[in-house]
Amino acid sequence: MSQRRSFSAMNYALIGLALVGLLLIWLTLLGVFGRQHVSAQTFVDFQQGDEPHLGFRRAHAKGVCVAGEFVSSGALADYSTAELLQQGVTPMLGRFSIGGGNPTAPDLTSPVRSFAFSLDAGANQQWRSAMNTPPVMAVATPDAFFAQLNALAPNPHTGERDGEKIAAFFAAHPETQAFRQWSASYQPSASFAQENFHSINAFYLVNADGKQQAVRWHLKANTEAMPGIEQPSSVADNPYAQSEQANDALGLEIADRIRERPVVFDLVFTFADPSDDASDPTVAWPSSRRHVIAGQIVIERVVDSPSVCDAVNFDPLILPTGMRPSEDAILRARSAAYAESYRRRAREQIFHHSDTTP
Amino acid sequence: MSHTELDRNSPTQYPLSMRLMHWGMAALIIALLIVGLSMVASLQTWQPTLLTWHKAFGVLAAILVIARLINRVRHQQPQLPSSLPKWQQLAARGSHVLLYTLMILMPVSGYLMQSAAGRSVYLFADIWLPPALAPNLTLYAVFRELHAYSALVLVGVISVHALAALHHGFVRRDGVLKSMLFK
Repeated sequence: MSQRRSFSAMNYALIGLALVGLLLIWLTLLGVFGRQHVSAQTFVDFQQGDEPHLGFRRAHAKGVCVAGEFVSSGALADYSTAELLQQGVTPMLGRFSIGGGNPTAPDLTSPVRSFAFSLDAGANQQWRSAMNTPPVMAVATPDAFFAQLNALAPNPHTGERDGEKIAAFFAAHPETQAFRQWSASYQPSASFAQENFHSINAFYLVNADGKQQAVRWHLKANTEAMPGIEQPSSVADNPYAQSEQANDALGLEIADRIRERPVVFDLVFTFADPSDDASDPTVAWPSSRRHVIAGQIVIERVVDSPSVCDAVNFDPLILPTGMRPSEDAILRARSAAYAESYRRRAREQIFHHSDTTP
Repeated sequence: MSHTELDRNSPTQYPLSMRLMHWGMAALIIALLIVGLSMVASLQTWQPTLLTWHKAFGVLAAILVIARLINRVRHQQPQLPSSLPKWQQLAARGSHVLLYTLMILMPVSGYLMQSAAGRSVYLFADIWLPPALAPNLTLYAVFRELHAYSALVLVGVISVHALAALHHGFVRRDGVLKSMLFK
């Protein structure tokens, strides 16, 4: 009988390969690979703590959803084939937020303020960016970033930060210097509209010849559209700072401001020199680097339905044709952690009831 | 009717086209599962590239499973040996139905979860698969979880399928494994 004969070498190879593949699946499933490194889940677990705010973003939980447009001047047309960087107007959905996972945290004491946008030039030509007030990261790798979060976290029992732990972390990580310098000089202002919001990580513009240019970008108040915006202010100048609504002071102020007239930011690109390392988010590029204003982010209205922004994951790796991510390890880590947070809060919409405010 | 008669009337091997599709898709699906399970956790910088491939090859898998189903109904297939206990025959048939169901469910839920997140799926060159839905967080949750849990069930069913095949080939030696192999 033919089936009594042993299998040929080729068949054994086929069976062997299939079994090796199956074994690899199980090992991946059991998390055997990369166990020495932090994962997307490690980060989100840490961010949400023991009592997650179900249904909310695990980071930047508290925010205001806004809409408007990006008015491109076409100044970057020679550097990128991206449709939305050619001269023209692209619809924009945006979100101002404060750092942290608490959706009811007091606005004015947050150490980080943010603006994220999703520019929609057709379904496969989107550009999403989540920008923060710091221009640089303290560290350059996910593992070091996780160590930083741990060092800075307050003791769960006392609520106090451990000064010694923080000092030890900074001593072990000299790359934190630029971040610490910024941190020491930063004065939070009265309004989201007065902040600079930075891409932090670098990206590449790619033109029609395939030529790449490393860039970072930031948003900066447009003084023509908002006269006097450049006047320095402090949190005490926020109109709600002394009111009963001080907890939501930044959100209320920006909403009032937008209802009165559009809030306009310049989208400023900084071009790297060949000497700049695009994969290192801890180093600030010298201010002498070339700056190009790509156009204006014009925020025209507050979006009252929270579900509009809730449906969006402001993943910084969603880029249009003509833009590419740098090799920055933090960029990938942000994208993966955002995706995990997105999955969790989406699932919680179904399986848990949660407050929809703010 | 004796089972020798039955064996004589039905082929002892799957047609070559079905065997090629079986092993080709086995390689594709195993790769998609490894990449899928790794890319949702690992923070390595090459993961986004794998993610893009995962989506494009997922679309390829969807096309292949349709071709495979069409090819399947066009051919006569070897029957299970009648000596096989009834429950094992039922389990074999059930697991094959489950495998095909999951092979359809995986790419469909993957595509729809991307759609609900407002994303197109990049295929190759300048070709994109546009989203089928307006962005919707609840639908994203449904398809995202369906995609994840279908993957886990698929890993389980493939494992049982492989163990059963080994059992046929090396314990029962009843020609069932051989019907899917080559010369």
